[in-house]
Amino acid sequence: MLDLRLYIAQRLSAMVMAPLMVVHIVVMIIAVQGGLSAAEILSRTQGSVFWFLFYGLFVAAASLHAAIGLRVIVHEVTGLRGAGLTVLTWAVFGVFFFMGARAVTAVTML
Amino acid sequence: MADNGQLEVSVWRGDSGSGRFESFRVPAEDNQTVLDVVSWIQQNLAGDLAYRFACRVGMCGSCAMTVNGTPRWTCRTHVKKVARNNRLTIAPLANLPVIRDLATDMDPFFARWIGAGGRFVPQRTRDDPVAPVRPDSPGRQAADAGIECINCGVCHAACDTVAASPDYLGPAPLQRAWTLVNDERHGARGAVLAAVSGAGGCHNCHSMGNCTAHCPKELDPLRAIAGLKRATFLGAFGKEI
Repeated sequence: MLDLRLYIAQRLSAMVMAPLMVVHIVVMIIAVQGGLSAAEILSRTQGSVFWFLFYGLFVAAASLHAAIGLRVIVHEVTGLRGAGLTVLTWAVFGVFFFMGARAVTAVTML
Repeated sequence: MADNGQLEVSVWRGDSGSGRFESFRVPAEDNQTVLDVVSWIQQNLAGDLAYRFACRVGMCGSCAMTVNGTPRWTCRTHVKKVARNNRLTIAPLANLPVIRDLATDMDPFFARWIGAGGRFVPQRTRDDPVAPVRPDSPGRQAADAGIECINCGVCHAACDTVAASPDYLGPAPLQRAWTLVNDERHGARGAVLAAVSGAGGCHNCHSMGNCTAHCPKELDPLRAIAGLKRATFLGAFGKEI
């Protein structure tokens, strides 16, 4: 249930996520070690185009990657296939993307 | 616990609908294969036992069965290597329909070979000169690595992805596809790559490696599938491998 198109999408989204994840963790550790409060962090991220694009890309890649991964697991565990599997894949992508986008806008929008 | 000099053998008896294990006592020999045991049962205790074999020397790929839970070629599997406390449990290959007893229907397995584009398409006729192929060329070496497959179905039975996803082509057909992709005489390389890129294609492989671990010919279908993934991935961006 994983054709070449989905395989490429999952591999490319993983390649996108890998460096973003490293930056995310490093920045998070530096921010916490530096003793920044939540308000101080928000003051740096809100209104920042860079962090909006950074986490926006992160959320898009993670949603895509997770939806395809769950698609495979659901198919292999439950046998679901065809239109049902496609709807589930898009639904998972939609939920993850919506939740992630909500978090990104909350942290980066003024 | 079986007596000394005797093997206690549980053999699956049944068809696609139902079945059960039946126990037999078989004289143990110094040199004895699992196929010898099955044949002894059929010749002496259960004349109606259905099983399949042909060459008895590891060439034809007919006699694969599940022995103590592991798919094996029974003609080259010595009882001493696999028996536990003189006990053997022999069942048909997994992931294939059972015709009767130890004989499975191999049609779904061979249908996948065709599905993976496994039919050779020549570029020359018999009237043309033979194509010169350098044995040490990388393509020929990659093809040679997989051409000793005897179609026994052991990798198919060992593969968890085949078990979980009935549309998956499976290790042996994909390895065949990889040999054709690397065979410069093959006239439908693009068709093979397209055939292994569909919903049941090579990209479903989780790289668990049960195929390579169980292959009685010690071939490496996992490496072949990785090659197909790489070739199709690069091919999608217009790059040849």
